[in-house]
Amino acid sequence: MIEHVVLRVIARLLAPFIVLFALYVQFHGDFGPGGGFQAGVIFASAFILFALIYGIEHARQIVPPAVAQAGIGLGVLIYAGTGVAGMLLGGRYLDYSVLADDAGHGQHYGILIVEFGVGVTVAAVMITVFFTFAGRRGVLEAREDTAVPPDGDEER
Amino acid sequence: MWQTFLGLYNYWIVILLMMAGFYIVMSRHNLVKKLIGLNIFQSAVFLFYISVGKVGGGTAPIVEEGITSYSNPLPHVLILTAIVVGVATVSLGLALVVRLKEAYGTIEEDEINEMDAAG
Amino acid sequence: MITATNLALLAFMAITAWAIARTRNLFVATMLAGIYSLLIATVFVLLDAVDVAFTEAAVGAGITTVLFLGALLLTDRQAKPHKHRFGTYGPMLLVVLLGAALVYTTLDPLMPHFGDAGAPAQGRLAPEFLADSVRQVGRDAPTATHIPNVVTTTLASYRGFDTLGEVVVIFTAGVGVLILLGGGASGGRRRRSRRRDGDDASGRGSTAGGAGA
Repeated sequence: MIEHVVLRVIARLLAPFIVLFALYVQFHGDFGPGGGFQAGVIFASAFILFALIYGIEHARQIVPPAVAQAGIGLGVLIYAGTGVAGMLLGGRYLDYSVLADDAGHGQHYGILIVEFGVGVTVAAVMITVFFTFAGRRGVLEAREDTAVPPDGDEER
Repeated sequence: MWQTFLGLYNYWIVILLMMAGFYIVMSRHNLVKKLIGLNIFQSAVFLFYISVGKVGGGTAPIVEEGITSYSNPLPHVLILTAIVVGVATVSLGLALVVRLKEAYGTIEEDEINEMDAAG
Repeated sequence: MITATNLALLAFMAITAWAIARTRNLFVATMLAGIYSLLIATVFVLLDAVDVAFTEAAVGAGITTVLFLGALLLTDRQAKPHKHRFGTYGPMLLVVLLGAALVYTTLDPLMPHFGDAGAPAQGRLAPEFLADSVRQVGRDAPTATHIPNVVTTTLASYRGFDTLGEVVVIFTAGVGVLILLGGGASGGRRRRSRRRDGDDASGRGSTAGGAGA
């Protein structure tokens, strides 16, 4: 896959836009379709695309596995922590109304933060799972092999 | 008659897909194939929920002024999360299959059973 | 038009599911599953579930396919044919009977038809959530405090506990995959291969013979 110039250039070109789109989906989820679940998956797919074209090794340099693994827990902590923050501010668990001066803004903040936590966990899990599967058989083999099926699919 | 057909067509397709998934899970010995079957079964359930939530003449549940009829957002929420949970559990299943392959050298359920029986 | 598209797409899905059941090539089955996901995502758009369609398109047609391909590389690409020639007749009979029973239940006159606004599922909570959102839009439409996407509000606020649980499930699945396949892979792999070299070698030979018999 590393020798396909078109794929390499396009992948490098597309990846930032996929990440940008993921962020849009993440933070625009309260006005249009979207939210943490979709954004996390789209965010992860940018790195999976990159790993498919450039090899798992390069992708690991961009997102170190330790970072991705930390993200798995971090997202859940953000979500659960929002609930605790609500409790500390005098509300009930996961009651966002107390997070700001008025209930409307509080709900809005709460939803944004919670969705962010969801997005972090989903993205981290997807990236981690892909890295674990792709890195299972040694880096070099995995790089060549993961490259084969999408290639074959495109030519058919 | 035609109205009844249209009114129940979605449910029938759901049943068909569900049974197709169930059939794959039961009749195929290949574990990856079984997981694909489970996926089909699962998506049939998703389709059922979303079909139930559809309100004729309604629109997507994103509130806009001037629109009065929306489809039911509740099934959407349930299925939205279920899809992502589904892929997470499928990845767990695939991880188990990979480990079975490494331990037994096969991903055919009957062969694994034979090996276990042989000791 | 929408009805016709719905009919056609669902028929395509049934055909794809049938093709998946037929093929023994796991690579083909995975690709067909991707097509199936894309079809179901399109159906979700038709049924007004844009958020769900979005998720299904990203997850089903994207991530799941990649994961299956990754797993196929680590296992086999071809499923073996069934050993007993009539081995699939039992499941087929069961599935046909069960399917017929389920279809029979849909023929009940009380069964709400597709798109029925008066169906029991449409009652109770959903109208309340929708009315809440509509009221907020009506009250302070120019300001930015309202959240028009009812799916998001329901997901994160009304059903916040549920979503927290789902996130924990995803967390658990990710940790499970890490424990099974990754993490301290090098150490675990070495230990396992040593065990295989030792006591497992004899068992392996006999089991291979058993599988061949």
